[in-house]
Amino acid sequence: MSGTDTRDSVMRGVGIGRATTVGPVLRMPEPVADPVDTPSELEPAAEFERATTSLAATAAQLRERGEKAGGTAAEVLDALAMMAEDPALAADVQHRTEDGATAEFAVHAAMATFRDMLVGMGGYLGERAGDLDDVARRAIAHLQGLPAPGVPDSPEPFVLVARDLAPADTATLDLDLVLALVTTDGGPTSHTAILAREKGITAVVGAAEASALRDGDIVLVDAENGTVELDPAQERIDLALQRTQTLEAIRAQSSGPGRLADGHAVPLLANIGSVDSAREAAARGAEGVGLFRTEVLFLGAEKAPSVDDQAATYREVFSHFADQKVVVRVLDAGADKPLAFLTDSGEENPALGRRGLRALAAHEHVLRDQLTALAQATADSEAFVQVMAPMVSTAAEAQYFCDLAHELGIEVAGVMVEVPSCAILADHVAPRVDFMSIGTNDLTQYVFAADRLLGTVANLQNPWHPAVLRLIEQVGAAGREHDVPVGICGEAAADPLLAVVLVGLGATSLSMSSSAIADVRAELALHTLDDARRLAALAVSAESAEAARQAVLDAAPTHP
Amino acid sequence: MAERTLTVASAHGLHARPAALFVKAVTDSGCAVELQKGERKINAASILGVVSLGIEHGDEVVLRVDGDNADTVLDSLAAFLEKDHDA
Repeated sequence: MSGTDTRDSVMRGVGIGRATTVGPVLRMPEPVADPVDTPSELEPAAEFERATTSLAATAAQLRERGEKAGGTAAEVLDALAMMAEDPALAADVQHRTEDGATAEFAVHAAMATFRDMLVGMGGYLGERAGDLDDVARRAIAHLQGLPAPGVPDSPEPFVLVARDLAPADTATLDLDLVLALVTTDGGPTSHTAILAREKGITAVVGAAEASALRDGDIVLVDAENGTVELDPAQERIDLALQRTQTLEAIRAQSSGPGRLADGHAVPLLANIGSVDSAREAAARGAEGVGLFRTEVLFLGAEKAPSVDDQAATYREVFSHFADQKVVVRVLDAGADKPLAFLTDSGEENPALGRRGLRALAAHEHVLRDQLTALAQATADSEAFVQVMAPMVSTAAEAQYFCDLAHELGIEVAGVMVEVPSCAILADHVAPRVDFMSIGTNDLTQYVFAADRLLGTVANLQNPWHPAVLRLIEQVGAAGREHDVPVGICGEAAADPLLAVVLVGLGATSLSMSSSAIADVRAELALHTLDDARRLAALAVSAESAEAARQAVLDAAPTHP
Repeated sequence: MAERTLTVASAHGLHARPAALFVKAVTDSGCAVELQKGERKINAASILGVVSLGIEHGDEVVLRVDGDNADTVLDSLAAFLEKDHDA
């Protein structure tokens, strides 16, 4: 690098996972702005020529991508290429350039006309209308000499640097080529972070300074420390790769049930939302399910599925976990996942609205049907089914839910602790329930009054923060006193070192994305319960999330 | 010019994939092909045009082909539309 480079050589963000990777940067292009209708300064024929050239280039790009991808993707991309070359579109564009429009605006406006027509037709075609926007944006980027939007193409593996990834981007991401993900926006619960965790990709999210990175820069992405280093020294690279190898060796050796170095058992469970993820979790050695999100089965439904339909789905999930625990969460509708038959529309602040158990209590027949279906499916299965309610705020609500669940034939009923009031009153909640499970994502969002989906406040969304850990400590203490198990079912449990701290705070089981289980299992095996309690005490007394993590890292004796 | 009226057989009509395959066949033929449903006529080499007709299973359409081998091309395009591509 030249001496005039004033960029920071170490950028900080939140690491996902614990691996380290070195590679060249490829930036995700910024979205292309919609062109405005300024009069053209060229002859109409020249503008039309520009438009056809770019549309042809776009079609060629799309076909090339399709050929690389093969299969269904090739067919879809070929159909998009045909849209770019469409004679009806070209006629419309020509008409607009003759009226004095720029090529950019003519393409944009012509494509919008066809898109609106598709939207008007509804159904499958309406859903594909977004494809036309994608074609238009590609052509406009080409006209302006900008890189094509979307995940960049590269034959070589690369470190993808983006603002944040949208679900659509991740669908076309060739994971074999992505060495690591770095985002400038977004926190540990962002879409990028969840993808990285699920797929086991090294990632650092919310590293604002990474916006200065350019294509081809060599960076070392260290998820363990949450750093991105520009032009790392060879010895740093060697050290990091060595540590990654050690970790992989430990992971490869670890198998069987989760336990600490002294043999203290900590069951490692999986978070699932579908029959598919149940299969995956069972294959990855989960000792059961700590969070079965049932609302995923209901999303998009106009009304609640019938008791029989529900029972059939639950039976299928339970069948993968004979003789194992499956903790089912009843419908958690509201906020970011509304359901037509439960969620009030027009709430100004849905995260603080009638969601979770509050919505179910207001529509008790839905809750009764679900509990009935769960009881039926449980009776036919060999899994140890437990049922819990989301968004419980008071001891009275906990009592209400557990009484109703027992009445309808659920043997083991508990509550999620994710509203701070429930954690603060844990000593009153514990005697009324069969178990408690701490949802760290929502608990963190409510403790900090910081929307977990909002990038601008993502820096507050950190479960390492002592403000969160102290509440977890209270819940752990209440659980011990009343002999009530305390599970963790947020993303916090997927962070191996934090998982040790959580056990030290009193967690009796940990539930996470099943891809994280191997790492957490390996880390737990390095610490005794006394170690875990000592590390937890250090974390709880720290001043900030960073200080808590650093204190634990420094004190963890056998940490590689 | 060759012309024929026929009934579309694809279970989901002429949407997306069958539409793309049809337009490809039209372009490959080198003929000028017109597709008409009701009052609307479109250039069958335009996927956006074909899709915009919103042709459903069982719809009656008119196919017109102009150019070399118009009759042969009409036969093969008609056969395409009368086959169920979603099956």
